[in-house]
Amino acid sequence: MSTATVDTTKSWSGGKSPFNVEYGKLMMWYFLMSDAFTFGAFLISYGTIRFSTNGWPDPNVVFKSFPFAPEGVNAPLVFVSVMTFILIVSSVTMVLAVKAGQEMDKKSVVKYMIWTIIGGIAFLSCQAWEWNHLHHEGAWWGRNPFINADGTASSTNFTNYFFTITGFHGFHVFTGVVINIIMLIMTLLDKFEQRGHYLMIEKAGLYWHFVDLVWVFVFTCFYLV
Amino acid sequence: MSHTAHHEENHGTGEIKKVTIILSVLTIVELILGFWMIGITSEALRLAIKGTIIILMLAKAFYIVAYFMHLKHELKNLIMTIVVPLGLFIWFIIAFLYDGNSFRNLRNTYDPYFKERSTIKVEKKAEGHGGGHEAGAAHTAADTTAHAKDTVSVKNKH
Repeated sequence: MSTATVDTTKSWSGGKSPFNVEYGKLMMWYFLMSDAFTFGAFLISYGTIRFSTNGWPDPNVVFKSFPFAPEGVNAPLVFVSVMTFILIVSSVTMVLAVKAGQEMDKKSVVKYMIWTIIGGIAFLSCQAWEWNHLHHEGAWWGRNPFINADGTASSTNFTNYFFTITGFHGFHVFTGVVINIIMLIMTLLDKFEQRGHYLMIEKAGLYWHFVDLVWVFVFTCFYLV
Repeated sequence: MSHTAHHEENHGTGEIKKVTIILSVLTIVELILGFWMIGITSEALRLAIKGTIIILMLAKAFYIVAYFMHLKHELKNLIMTIVVPLGLFIWFIIAFLYDGNSFRNLRNTYDPYFKERSTIKVEKKAEGHGGGHEAGAAHTAADTTAHAKDTVSVKNKH
């Protein structure tokens, strides 16, 4: 804290970065802010439609399956908990990779990046399974086989929003995995050692944590409430 | 330790561990609340649980942004340029959800078709009710016949 609270009047007098942060990292923050508005718009739109509708499917009835479990198993919330913990753990390994990068510890960066990538791929596999399962049950954009919690007919808004928003999030996870793989390759090629810093790992880390952050909201809005 | 010229703080493994534990505990509490809610029918209590889950969600968001993304360790000016614009969400959420709710009330009051359609129960699929589901199935069937007339009249109206 002592050095963080530098004299702000001096920091605007020129000659140095007033935010004390590298340009690319600052831009990553602003990109993520704009992305937050995109996801926010999706989720608020979902909320508005849900508030303007009399009935809505019960998530504990819709999302009650688990891979390799017998047909008709009733395990609400279990699979999505697994997905949530996978993403939290991969977020932790990412923050450890960032920390290792700040300490110029190439070996640890490689180790934690590999774990983060594995976590991302595991999450994507879970999502692929869930989408496939729901598709087999007849759910897709424009098709909703589920009924409302009160037994009345449900509209396709439910499936449209579910597939659009989890799909958009899944695409972000996919991009994050690709970025992380590129970062891993660059680390292995000693690119960051040559530059003298691992700032790229920090930027990739910001993106990856944002993906985890969005999942916190998606998970709550679709599976819990 | 040696080359951290651009970063002043040493946010060590201790902090990472602490935040990991906090995030896990918050998630577990959310899941417990979620499981608990399955059996609850009281609308007021459900709403209270949902509110609690949303507060826990915001707490998780705070810990991820502040500690994992290290926003807390940045300069205050930078924090403000990120957080202040996001404050617009407070308005967005209130305005849009209020609008959705008001639209539903308007339709329930002035659109009898909308209102009626949301009271008609759907015929449950005729698969897999062996055993103890007989009563439920019979009940649904009765409901369906009772509402069949409604459906017809609705169709005639439109």
